[in-house]
Amino acid sequence: MTYIAKPKFHHPSLKKNDLGYTHRDYEGKISTLCAGCGHDSITASIIEACYELSIEPHRVAKISGIGCSSKTPDYFLGNSHGFNSVHGRMPSVLTGANLANRDLIYLGVSGDGDSASIGFGQFAHSIRRGVNMTYIVENNGVYGLTKGQFSATADRGSKSKKGVTNTDNAIDLVAIALQLGATFVARSFSGDKTQLVPLIAAAIRHKGASFIDVISPCIAFNNHAGSTKSFDYVREHNDAVNRLDVLVGRDPISVDYAPGTVQVVEQHDGTKLALRKLDADYDPHDRLGAQTFLARHAAKGQIVTGLLYVDPEADDLHTHLDTVETPLNTLEADTLCPGSAVLDKINASLR
Amino acid sequence: MKPTDISAPDYFHKVVDCQWACPAHTPVPEYIRLIAEGRYSDAYMINWKSNVFPGILGRTCDRPCEPACRRGRVEENPVAICRLKRVAADFKDDIKHRLPKPGPKNGKRIALVGGGPASLSVARDLAPLGYHCIVFDGDPKAGGMMRSQIPKFRLPDSVIDEETDYILGLGVEFRGGQRVDSMKALLSDKYDAIFVGSGAPRGRELDIPGRKEAASNIHIGIEWLANVSFGHVSKIGKRVIVLGGGNTAMDCCRTARRLGGESVKVVVRSGFEEMKASPWEKEDAIHEDIPILNYMVPIEFKHVGGKLIGVTFQQVKAEYDAKGRRNLVPSGDPDHTIACDDVLVAVGQENAFPWIEADCGIEFDKWHMPKVDPKTFVSTNPKVFFGGDAAFGPKNIIWAVAHGHDAALSIHRMLSGEDITERPLPEVHVSSQKMGIHEWSYDNDISADQRFKVPHRDKVIALKDIRAEVELGYDVKLALGEAQRCLNCDVQTVFSAPLCIECDACVDICPMDCITFTENGEEDDVRQRLKAPSPHHDQALYVSGDLKTGRVMIKDEDVCLHCGLCAERCPTGAWDMQKYLIDMVHAGSSCQSKARSAA
Repeated sequence: MTYIAKPKFHHPSLKKNDLGYTHRDYEGKISTLCAGCGHDSITASIIEACYELSIEPHRVAKISGIGCSSKTPDYFLGNSHGFNSVHGRMPSVLTGANLANRDLIYLGVSGDGDSASIGFGQFAHSIRRGVNMTYIVENNGVYGLTKGQFSATADRGSKSKKGVTNTDNAIDLVAIALQLGATFVARSFSGDKTQLVPLIAAAIRHKGASFIDVISPCIAFNNHAGSTKSFDYVREHNDAVNRLDVLVGRDPISVDYAPGTVQVVEQHDGTKLALRKLDADYDPHDRLGAQTFLARHAAKGQIVTGLLYVDPEADDLHTHLDTVETPLNTLEADTLCPGSAVLDKINASLR
Repeated sequence: MKPTDISAPDYFHKVVDCQWACPAHTPVPEYIRLIAEGRYSDAYMINWKSNVFPGILGRTCDRPCEPACRRGRVEENPVAICRLKRVAADFKDDIKHRLPKPGPKNGKRIALVGGGPASLSVARDLAPLGYHCIVFDGDPKAGGMMRSQIPKFRLPDSVIDEETDYILGLGVEFRGGQRVDSMKALLSDKYDAIFVGSGAPRGRELDIPGRKEAASNIHIGIEWLANVSFGHVSKIGKRVIVLGGGNTAMDCCRTARRLGGESVKVVVRSGFEEMKASPWEKEDAIHEDIPILNYMVPIEFKHVGGKLIGVTFQQVKAEYDAKGRRNLVPSGDPDHTIACDDVLVAVGQENAFPWIEADCGIEFDKWHMPKVDPKTFVSTNPKVFFGGDAAFGPKNIIWAVAHGHDAALSIHRMLSGEDITERPLPEVHVSSQKMGIHEWSYDNDISADQRFKVPHRDKVIALKDIRAEVELGYDVKLALGEAQRCLNCDVQTVFSAPLCIECDACVDICPMDCITFTENGEEDDVRQRLKAPSPHHDQALYVSGDLKTGRVMIKDEDVCLHCGLCAERCPTGAWDMQKYLIDMVHAGSSCQSKARSAA
């Protein structure tokens, strides 16, 4: 951590977004994580994505569980709503908040311990239900706060800092999310912001359950030779299937791509996702294909990154439940509880 | 771009903008830190070594450092460097025991013509080495224009006495009241070297109709100021016009206000913005109820029966030609006469060397200026050196000091049998400031305070007494606040490419978006690709060698706060904060080899 507060001065030529904010206006408190932590780069990426989308900070709810990753919502969007919940319980708190107020943008921030161990069930059910959220796992493969034990996402055969080999099989959260029906699935790397920032922006604009697994090296306990979550290992084994540009509104696609290499995906709200294909055979609309592709590459030790699956026509839990457009928390008591006469009527209809 | 060679002494020197801009290269952040610590005497001695007259300059310097100050690019105003220098002088203890001792005489005699800042700087450097320095001046006391032309309400005599005495106390012989009127005679006295620091002593004339007829009420600015300074003049008419827009004009009008001038106006040919006077001197004049009228060219002194009654001005406007050069053309408005009792002409200063005979071996150029080498300050006579205003025309005290240091070095090298064109490299010290994981030996917390105003004496009292100093100087508390605004630009961000793991921590924490990891390229292209694009080519980009991913680290030095957060957030120590000190080479510097000790 750092003792002094980050100075308020900023670069005189910083650009402002449509709301008149610079990216500095999306910062939170100064990070107390270890120097060089990958999580801080994810924090910076979230700041950048929210700045680029001109999101009003008070329209965001950032919700987390417990762990290094779950501390990070304190470090971005200092003017947003936040809830630092119980270990592994971010998904249920987020689901509840989302049901109460569908108008906010929900950012679920979690880690591999929080989501793949103690909160594995919670993770699964929030995805399965299609809660409209951006679920980010800051995945370092290690329990950093308790000094470096393997987490459930540590690869079998990888070595701890002390030299112990992991004998358990790893949970691949991306594979699970695909299987459980997430409608936006991506994997990225904290050390590659050019890939990560547009993915976060696209996920925020996606209606439905968006899941991003971000590999985030733990400098203190998981950045050594033998680790499969180190900067060096991820850089060497990173197999990006595509690059993404997010186009909001009517911005034309001005980037000059070779013909046939760009696929434009239009999401519900009109956001266009321009996907530059790096792997010609990869189709991000094919859920089954994606699962096979991932499994095949994982077997070869490759880390597949990019936008792996997107369903642009997805819907969410509110659609499934047919809730009213008005957020429930703004409905008056007499609307929410219309009285015994209405109840009698409902009961009568069920007899 | 090529990796930056940070071992070149100039690279980090340029990052310390204030020090680089100072002609004498005073280590500004170093003395400001000492002021913050309350070590005023230490701060004073650092100044004394570099600029010789801290107390005088702390009141009168033209402050080239302040427009250069990085703080001025980060927020509205630069650090009040000049007035902090005065703080060191005001609050120091007795420092006499810290001054060099007159060395054993080496038998060599140096004549110094003029007792102003240039000559005294030469004497300061040479006397401790054993040279017998003899300073000649027409005035009875040392100080030159600092004593004769700068009004006492800006610079009290006590300050001049103190700081000239430090130099004369080094065994320098001062021959006051002895004006040199023949270079030939001086040469025949077989001095080992002669230094001419006689300034630019002649005020420029304004030859327009009525000048001769109304002469008794028209005064040349610098002569009049000198007469006031020495007590020969003690009053002036109620209505005074000051012609000219430089600092001398500002001194004239403010002095006139104190000698009975009730309605004092400054009239300038150019626009207000283009005036040569420093902005703060204009402010001080305006504060004393002196209007500054611009775009008015004096065309006639009006007089009746040999008595001045006013000045007539043609009204002009600025027009710019295709090359962007400004021309003043009549605006078409009718001529305007301003009534007055006295006029002070402060339209410039000129050099005058009537005492240098043509056959002294000293050549002059077509502007009647001596041909002087800008590096060594030697004239075409190898034993005669020039410095200060005498060398290149009117500048400021700090330039005279810088010239003095360089001329002294030349004289010392010449008399040691060394080539004077060979200038030794300065010695550079670079040392890490790391004390602990988050601890540095400097205060890296950035103060958000705005520039503190220097307290002034009440105007009514100040205008009554010409010797009452207007500026009271910072008190200890204000000085500390102002000192904390300094960004410590001499504590450098030093990057080691082999240690970097490209985790982006420095990029993420940097409050100023100074750091970018990107593919290398040509400078113009790279400048556009920075996290915050930088069109300011005068500010360096610090480029690393190739990193593991094939990219390079590029740091834009422009608005770096030197807060050290990059180094605090770096997990591998690839960034470090290292204090850079450069010892400018003066005559007799202990080490004059080419050795460098940069990181």
